[in-house]
Amino acid sequence: MQYLEGRKFVVLGIFLAVAVVFAVRLFHIQVLDGSYKLAADKNTLQRIVQVPYRGVIYDRNGKILVQNTPVYDLMVIPREVKKLDTARFCQLLQMPVQELRDGLKAAKIYSRVKASPLVQNLSTPELAAIQDNLIDFPGFSVKPRMARSYQTQNMAHALGYVGPVSPTMLEKPKYAKYVPGDFLGISGIESYYEKELMGRRGVQYRMVNVRGIEKGAFRDGEFDTLSVAGQDLHLSIDPELQKYGEYLMQGKKGSVVAIDPKTGEILAFVSAPSFDPAMLTGKGSGNRYMELLRDTARPLFDRPLAAAYSPGSVFKLVNEAIALQEGVVTPYTGFPCNWKLVRCTHRHEYPANLTIATKNSCNPYFYQVMFATVRQGRSPSKYEDVALGLADWRKHVTSFGLAQHLEVDLPGERMGLIPSPAFYDKRYGHHRWTYKTIYSLSIGQGEIQVTPLQMANLMCIFANRGYYYAPHFVRSVGNRGPLSRYRQRHYTSVDSSHFNAIIPGMQAVVDGRGGTGNLASLLDVGISVAGKTGTVQNYHGEDHATFAAFAPANDPKIAISVFIENAGFGGSSAAPLAGLMMEKYLRGKVAPWRHRWEEWLPGPADRFITRRHRR
Amino acid sequence: MNQVRYSRSIDWVTFFIYLAMVGVGLLNVYAASYSADVPFSRVFSADWSGLMAFNWFKQLVWLGVAVLLIMVLLVIDYKAYDTFAYVLYGGMIALLLVTLVIARPIAGSRSWLELGPMRLQPAEFAKFTTALAASRFMAGINLRQQAFKQQLVLAGLTLLPPLLIISSNETGQALVFGAFLLAYFREGMSPLILLVLAAAGLVLILSLLVPKLWLVGAFTVILALVLVLNPRVLRHHLPLAAGVYAVVLGMVFGVDFFYNNVLQPHQQKRIEVLLNPSADPLGVGWNVTQSKIAIGSGGLAGKGFLEGTQTRFDFVPEQSTDFIFCTVGEEWGWLGTMTVIGLFMALIFRVIFVAERQKSVFGRTYGYCVASIIFFHFCVNIGMTIGLAPVVGIPLPFFSYGGSSLWSFTILLFILLAIDAYRKQDLVR
Repeated sequence: MQYLEGRKFVVLGIFLAVAVVFAVRLFHIQVLDGSYKLAADKNTLQRIVQVPYRGVIYDRNGKILVQNTPVYDLMVIPREVKKLDTARFCQLLQMPVQELRDGLKAAKIYSRVKASPLVQNLSTPELAAIQDNLIDFPGFSVKPRMARSYQTQNMAHALGYVGPVSPTMLEKPKYAKYVPGDFLGISGIESYYEKELMGRRGVQYRMVNVRGIEKGAFRDGEFDTLSVAGQDLHLSIDPELQKYGEYLMQGKKGSVVAIDPKTGEILAFVSAPSFDPAMLTGKGSGNRYMELLRDTARPLFDRPLAAAYSPGSVFKLVNEAIALQEGVVTPYTGFPCNWKLVRCTHRHEYPANLTIATKNSCNPYFYQVMFATVRQGRSPSKYEDVALGLADWRKHVTSFGLAQHLEVDLPGERMGLIPSPAFYDKRYGHHRWTYKTIYSLSIGQGEIQVTPLQMANLMCIFANRGYYYAPHFVRSVGNRGPLSRYRQRHYTSVDSSHFNAIIPGMQAVVDGRGGTGNLASLLDVGISVAGKTGTVQNYHGEDHATFAAFAPANDPKIAISVFIENAGFGGSSAAPLAGLMMEKYLRGKVAPWRHRWEEWLPGPADRFITRRHRR
Repeated sequence: MNQVRYSRSIDWVTFFIYLAMVGVGLLNVYAASYSADVPFSRVFSADWSGLMAFNWFKQLVWLGVAVLLIMVLLVIDYKAYDTFAYVLYGGMIALLLVTLVIARPIAGSRSWLELGPMRLQPAEFAKFTTALAASRFMAGINLRQQAFKQQLVLAGLTLLPPLLIISSNETGQALVFGAFLLAYFREGMSPLILLVLAAAGLVLILSLLVPKLWLVGAFTVILALVLVLNPRVLRHHLPLAAGVYAVVLGMVFGVDFFYNNVLQPHQQKRIEVLLNPSADPLGVGWNVTQSKIAIGSGGLAGKGFLEGTQTRFDFVPEQSTDFIFCTVGEEWGWLGTMTVIGLFMALIFRVIFVAERQKSVFGRTYGYCVASIIFFHFCVNIGMTIGLAPVVGIPLPFFSYGGSSLWSFTILLFILLAIDAYRKQDLVR
């Protein structure tokens, strides 16, 4: 049988071939192909995220404005729903049958075995009403969650709101930490301080077996992290002043911003029309949001930050400060009230010096002040000269915090606009414009745009005689004080002595005989107010009324800007409103003889229009 | 004869490979049924029935029984295996028949005999009895005659047990008997039979994978080329060529009939899953998918003893019996699987070595049968866990949990060692 001996090697060859095939295949799936390891982790690892307690928001006095409150989501696992008595269920939850059917269908599409929310944001009383009966409905369960609740009906715009993260957000890398179903700050402080308020999520990795039953921590919790509660925020908002401002602004569109000039802390931040912040939380918040969105008065529009108006006559103060700095005028310079240059607001005494001109808001005077600033004869060509002058002028203006972000701690801040020579070159062509083209800048009209917040900040600069702190809402994150950038002084390019020269005029506006802002005067209670009225020309309707001021003039504690849309002359509506606000803040109460204003001011803007006055 | 001579002449290499395999096997059975909720220390306080609740402890007991079996096998006169080969075979056929009649169906198969608390699968023991009978018959054939009648008897002898086993719905155990072909091949069976079977298998697989018309077209072209390029075939073997052509056509078109009418639904599914693993990942594909995930997640060096998540958390079904290889793959990684494959190769090669040194045809044939049967189990079991073979429920020898399997392979192997121990006296044959 010798010839068959060789077959031994055939047999051994077959054995070996199979072993080699196995070795190669195993090397491939075990060592080369990583997908099996991922699949194994997906099999066994369950990621449990612990959402920390969101930071609480306090007001200036340390009282809670926004806190967390438990709400409940009614969850449904479609597979476990048995013999559902829809009539009784709907009666219990007070929901239409169709809504229940749609909800169940949506849940089934998501997953038959995983829980999905059927009704969200049930409050504790609502839960109590259904909880005992829930046992009769297998497949339904209640999942607690923390939601925001508000101890105030005011400052909706500053506070912002918290909502579920949207699918479009989740696609962006910024929101990589969030998963569907998470909540986050959508606007306002809630959004700006999201990182601080949110805290740090805790993640626990658990191992589960094939039936989803927990089998302990993964690697003894080596990769687990504990959740860290969010930090509390202490706002600088004075709740009484805020409430008062919102009350006074009822029925109107516009804004009131009050700032403590010594720190840059925002005391009141009114955007009218306003709404209750609780409208955007809890059951039905989606529908209420849509209502607000469709409102033609645009209550969701954050006017103090995002509405840009021409500053009107208030801007004359800035022009004067620049002219003084440039040395082209003195406080004692007089210019004739020449109506050929520009129409003046009204007939008044000869503006023999700055104070008289300011008190009367004399348009021709400030026309000539700015002319002196921008036409200094740097170039023989009047085109070139005004372009060079405007460039210098703009540098000064921007140092007042205009045409730039003040970096307030709220999202959605607008820069406004201070036109540059390039701006006019683009509009009219190079060397095709002169001072005659741009003179409306001298009285704060035309292409210039300022937000109400910038306007209030402008008053801080005058109150401080030349510098400001960036306005901010949060005076302390946790107990660490405000963000460091809010402790820096920003100086303007104008010396403080020049501000001292201007302020007597501002006081005369309010307290002087025949001053345009007489209605803001608090002299009767011993407070000297410095301010300036403004009337913003507006192509869409009546002029907007504006008034900006600070008080007390010698030791300023509050700076304020008021804009009331379509209310005409600033002195008749904005000035008394600002006066009430300042008095309320400085004295804590309003003198009895001004109570009738408190009743008169809240109301529609057209009541302030008197044809006679258009200053 | 006395014990001293035994200990000198038994093949210790095989014995130690065997010990290594059952040792590693026991370790993995322990790991596969390990639960962190039940600490090992509980063993010390458990009573007998409590201990028998542990799979690994039962396996340890089965191993003890296996050691007794080994001693008995070595004490029995080696001639008895030759002499009583047919008797054992006959007894086994009877047992299979009895099983078929009295067994209660367990998981769809009527192949388990229940003796009190114990369950035995006679099919496991049909392997060594058939191997003995076939070897005995092979030794009696005068190969020069190559009588067709004798070949027919041998074929019948080999095919009877698997037919009975298939009747009891235990297809996997029946397929094992195909392994005998390798042993017969060594003893002079025409290699054509192996080739034809391999070709037939290839055609069957292709006809499931490739559109039928392409396959027929390709085969027609190849055959036509052979005929044109080799006129001698055309002249002398035209009928043969036509016959082959007809058979292939029949197979290609018959495979659907076979697939749909002969195979049972679960068997159809298993083949479908083999061809397309992602067809039904949560149903029939579950076993294979999870088994591959378990093995594949092991990496190069594995997750460590008792650290396998897939096997311990029940993602892999049948993890201590048919899918024990997953535990090896997950906890010991590629190095572990290579060790197991190395052990199998060492054992099989050693068995072939032992077989080749037998002076008797009986001993050699039996040795080849042992190697082939172990190889077949190795091949199909590991193949199914890594998605290279359909899921056929046969255990991995010496590794899988279960008394029947352990004992049957122990008997299979140690009969060979007993025969081998006396080869020097066996001058007659």
